[in-house]
Amino acid sequence: MRNEAKLGLALLLTPLLLWLSLLIFIPHVDVFLVSLRERVGVGTYETSLANYLTFFNEPLYLWTFLRTAVMSVLATVITLLIAFPVSYYIAKMVKGRVQSALFLLCLVPFWVSELVRTFGWMILLRETGVFSSLLQFTGLSSGPVEMLYNDGAIMLGLVYTSMLFMVVPLVTTLESLPDEVVEAGYDLGGNGLSVLREIIVPHAMPGIVSGCIVVFMLSLGNYLTPTMLGGKESLWFTELIYSQFIVRFNWELGAAFGFMLLILSSAIVWGMLKLTGQSLEKTMG
Amino acid sequence: MTPDLECTGLTKRFGQTTAVENVSFAVPPGSFFSILGPSGCGKTTIMRMIAGFLDPSEGDIRIKGRSVLDVPPNKRPVNMVFQHLALFPMMNIADNIGYGLRRAGLAKSEIDRKTGEALERIGLPGIGSRKVDELSGGQKQRVAIARCMVLEPDVLLLDEPLGALDLKLRERMKVELKALQAAFDTTFVYITHDQSEALVMSDNIAVMNQGRFEQMGTGRDLYYRPDTAFVAGFVGDTNRWRGRVEKEQGKSIQLRTESGMILRGATHGRALHAGDHADIFVRPEAIRIAHSKDELAHFDNLISGHVTSMLFNGAASRVLVCGAEEGDEIEVNLPQSGEFAALKKGAAVHIGWAGDQGNCFAAGAT
Repeated sequence: MRNEAKLGLALLLTPLLLWLSLLIFIPHVDVFLVSLRERVGVGTYETSLANYLTFFNEPLYLWTFLRTAVMSVLATVITLLIAFPVSYYIAKMVKGRVQSALFLLCLVPFWVSELVRTFGWMILLRETGVFSSLLQFTGLSSGPVEMLYNDGAIMLGLVYTSMLFMVVPLVTTLESLPDEVVEAGYDLGGNGLSVLREIIVPHAMPGIVSGCIVVFMLSLGNYLTPTMLGGKESLWFTELIYSQFIVRFNWELGAAFGFMLLILSSAIVWGMLKLTGQSLEKTMG
Repeated sequence: MTPDLECTGLTKRFGQTTAVENVSFAVPPGSFFSILGPSGCGKTTIMRMIAGFLDPSEGDIRIKGRSVLDVPPNKRPVNMVFQHLALFPMMNIADNIGYGLRRAGLAKSEIDRKTGEALERIGLPGIGSRKVDELSGGQKQRVAIARCMVLEPDVLLLDEPLGALDLKLRERMKVELKALQAAFDTTFVYITHDQSEALVMSDNIAVMNQGRFEQMGTGRDLYYRPDTAFVAGFVGDTNRWRGRVEKEQGKSIQLRTESGMILRGATHGRALHAGDHADIFVRPEAIRIAHSKDELAHFDNLISGHVTSMLFNGAASRVLVCGAEEGDEIEVNLPQSGEFAALKKGAAVHIGWAGDQGNCFAAGAT
């Protein structure tokens, strides 16, 4: 009996362990090892930190990383600010069929691929696009207006792409807040602002934190949106990694960049959690 | 003296349905007022109108003589203890109690002092730093009341706050609530569907049914002199028969039930005439049970029959008695003095009660 239980546990754990080791652990170890190699001649490598030094010594690389991080944080904040009222409305203000319908509406854009969605924005924003034509037609602008290939367009795309990942955890946590508690907040003398600050936001904190982590990571690691909406010169960190691996064929530097992205994004998430006094266990539990 | 809370002609309609219809009442200062009614009778709607979460369709609500219709809930001098208490789980106990004081803009030292006093008052000193979910049901209950009472409201509303507690605790909290009300000397308005909660704690009770007040009075009035058939049936346990009035003799009438039983009852001033259909209500504890007919000679209702079933429930044990020839079963309280300890199913017994213990109402007025 005991042996059977052990066998069962082993069988249950096998897929997980296989997944963890084959798809997460081994590739990362390999990437790390590759990043420590320095090419000193044709086909000869030495172990060194040269690739990491390149990252820190080249201002463009650091700058790109910093820019990516700041833009991602900003995208996260904007997503939160838009998603919070939307989620509150869905979770608390409407009931029954309307609620599910609205929730479904948030989901609908995600039935098409990210590529198609981003291309949709390009149709709207480009020089010959819908908005530009509209502005010319109404006489608000004399010539074509280019709205693509700038930071605003990237931000728009990032927020749009991330919205669902913020709305879902927020709706879930806000739904678990009893109406009674909000009413008690008003009944005991609170106004809209103080009820929001002292009751609704603290209650929704786990949802806010998990939503923010997901959106931040998605934005930081996004390749498609910055490239399509920001153009070739959008300076997104994932583009640097892509060009090292695919264009320059410099796997060593690309691997070092990849590893830096992992470390720095983890550091930023950790820092944010510390800053807001949250912990990962509390959020996920 | 101006009543603490006064509602006049209060009406609330939701679309086509009228949830509350022309309800008027006044609650004198420092008293315990209960609204008792089955679920869905509109009592919560009244409560939410007083608290300010709903606007009445018609009528006025005055607190200490001043209309509060234009006052938003966070400015009304009423506070509410919610059905599930609605303590703030994100705060500790002290912050929960201090919440309203912080909103009122008091200084920190003042808040700490008042919070400490309130905890002292509810008999839970020193638990301020605990979390909400570390408290027991009864403790949460007291914290929820303290959280309102620190604000010194003119009226405290309680929306079935004992509903979530288990029976033993509920019994204890009834006594405790009454004591807290006396200690804080504040007007309590309590809504419940549990008649024993209302009867034990209240100075005055309004029985509510389908959006209207059926009767308002002390617990004693409602129990012994119900005005309507609904009150007679809802407050306390009772035997109930429907029949036709055969004779009227001043204040008492004689009634024949559908199964042919002849009963005498009192009208208590209600108009009932021979030939009318009527309901008669007799409480199980008003009926005497005896082994011999002679003991019951002074009662004008006398039935001989046999026990059809024993309902043992400790001190509140009852028996069902069936008359010799009729099909109606009569619920009778079993005296606990020992003489009926050996009573068995099928045993022959005699029961009797005084005619004025039977309250009669015109049928169809449920």
